Amino acid sequence: MSEPLLEVKDLRVEFPTRRGTLTAVDGISFSLAPGEVLGVVGESGAGKSLTGMAIIGLLEPPGRIAGGEIRLEGQRIDTLPYEQMRRIRGRRIGAIFQDPLTSLNPLYTIGEQLVETILTHLDVSPAQARSRAIALLSEVGIPAAESRFDHYPHQFSGGMRQRVVIALALCAEPRLIVADEPTTALDVSIQAQIITLLKRLARDHGTAVLLITHDMGVIAETADRVAVMYAGRIAEIGPVREVIHAPRHPYSVGLMGSIPKIRERTGEGAGARRQHLVQIEGSMPRLTAIPPGCAFHPRCPKRFERCDRERPEPMATGANRTACWLYAERSE
Amino acid sequence: MQNAANSVPLLRLTEVSRDFDVSRPWLNRVLEGTPQQWLRAVDAMSFELRRGETLALVGESGCGKSTVARLIVGLYEPTGGRIEFEGIDLASADASGLRRRMQMIFQDPYASLNPRWRVMDIVAEPIRVLRLTKSPAEIADRVGELLVQVGLSPEDREKYPHEFSGGQRQRISIARALSGSPEFLVCDEPTSALDVSVQAQILNLMSALQEKLGLTYLFISHNLAVVSHVADRVGVMYLGRLAELSDADELFARPKHPYTRMLLDAIPDLQMSGKARTPVAGEVPNPLKPPPGCAFNPRCPHANERCRSERPAVLPHGTSLVACHAVQEGRIRV
Repeated sequence: MSEPLLEVKDLRVEFPTRRGTLTAVDGISFSLAPGEVLGVVGESGAGKSLTGMAIIGLLEPPGRIAGGEIRLEGQRIDTLPYEQMRRIRGRRIGAIFQDPLTSLNPLYTIGEQLVETILTHLDVSPAQARSRAIALLSEVGIPAAESRFDHYPHQFSGGMRQRVVIALALCAEPRLIVADEPTTALDVSIQAQIITLLKRLARDHGTAVLLITHDMGVIAETADRVAVMYAGRIAEIGPVREVIHAPRHPYSVGLMGSIPKIRERTGEGAGARRQHLVQIEGSMPRLTAIPPGCAFHPRCPKRFERCDRERPEPMATGANRTACWLYAERSE
Repeated sequence: MQNAANSVPLLRLTEVSRDFDVSRPWLNRVLEGTPQQWLRAVDAMSFELRRGETLALVGESGCGKSTVARLIVGLYEPTGGRIEFEGIDLASADASGLRRRMQMIFQDPYASLNPRWRVMDIVAEPIRVLRLTKSPAEIADRVGELLVQVGLSPEDREKYPHEFSGGQRQRISIARALSGSPEFLVCDEPTSALDVSVQAQILNLMSALQEKLGLTYLFISHNLAVVSHVADRVGVMYLGRLAELSDADELFARPKHPYTRMLLDAIPDLQMSGKARTPVAGEVPNPLKPPPGCAFNPRCPHANERCRSERPAVLPHGTSLVACHAVQEGRIRV
């Protein structure tokens, strides 16, 4: 693979509080190749959104990057001053958030918002910006783009608004899009449309996507690789197929098992009902009480002495990297 | 239906409708000369619930599934139609004692528990309101027992909701719902605010409780995969109407209504089998101006002239009930 587009090394995000410092993202490393879709999956509180926010430089104070580095095309971006980062955001990194209503300004038409973004980042005339905006709107599948150009966000449905947000993120042809739960607020049928759209756009434009979601189904449909996060750390990272069909980390195994799947379509009779879902006992630790050693060990069915003493780093397990002592010998 | 021998169904809805007034304020209407506007959230729904079964209602947001749940437990009054519990109309005077035999579990365990109350008081509220027992010691025992039943401990009685995670809070909601010893639980998206691993815990708990206590569930959800794990029968709703009602095995093996097929196709493919998905077109239409004929016709690949003008009735087809001209005419192979 060529030089990575995005490189995150040992990133730490902390929140100073009255009762001490909380570490929400604890030393995670990964890289993203140009045009690649990397899924980041995890349950709420795993630190996946904060990772995304750290990359686009929008961590809300008092949250701060306390260690590690983030490089975009070789350039270090985590230490840039706000103004410079603002220019990178939009130009080289686009962002899509969960709720399209909060990403759009209700007081401006979507046309004005698109044109403004294009004029800010690209050296074009207002007329060129307008035609580019209309082209983008029809590219993201908004019917009658020309006439909807002067509509306000509230005149669009949820799915259409999310398309507008995607068009906004694509305005300046960024190399990377950070998409944080882009389909979570949408109905299933609309969700499928947006996933298909994101995938097509990433392929056509050669844009890399960091896709943050709690929904493994979305990852399976969209991502090339996936990182499973737990309590601020990466439990397992590898090609999507590997993680879904042969998860290595006991947490990924439990997570995959607990996802309800449409039962076997051929399975007749009442016996098919009430198969128990695999469940992971307990819940994710709070940030104030992350256990020593492997953060997953109190819930892990396969734990042994080493797990509560030493913290495992991701180690090679086939095509994956897994942070679990079960695989220590094989890689050593 | 088939089990007519099995006496009266636990719950029967007959042509139940509910309208909401969504008019602009009175002064605006007078000044602008606009008429009153009504939104029909639930439109002539009829179905039955048998004792001990789980019936799931699925559909996208705005299809009226939560309104149905609220109509049944009495949080809304129906605009038309009848809701009967063991053959007694819930709107009639004899029904006063019936409501206590049903309880509801809500979606958001953060909003549905009073943050200023201890778990003890939250779970004991139905016991006190229904005057099941008066002795404080008995109430405390009963609450402890209920908490154990949902996988918490009796010591949790003294805690406040903020000390629990989302999944534990949903367990408290279930304990509260069970404290009045109901037979019938209406569960409105009970797991959609939860993470998947916690969702699995709650779904497993709900099936275990159903087996142990012989509960009947009406399970409202937008997630067909969840529904396939819990339901005996599934009703698919679209724009306030029933599109299809089938046994769960039948529905997932042989979906009939084009909308059901579309919903099943829209589920992300976790197996990564690489099968081509039918692209899903269009969106739910504005419920204030539902299209004439079948409400699904603008998105339906099988729509013809009849679908655009005549509204399909809910008719039996095999063991299912389907509201679709194309299915009834045999234009769609099922």
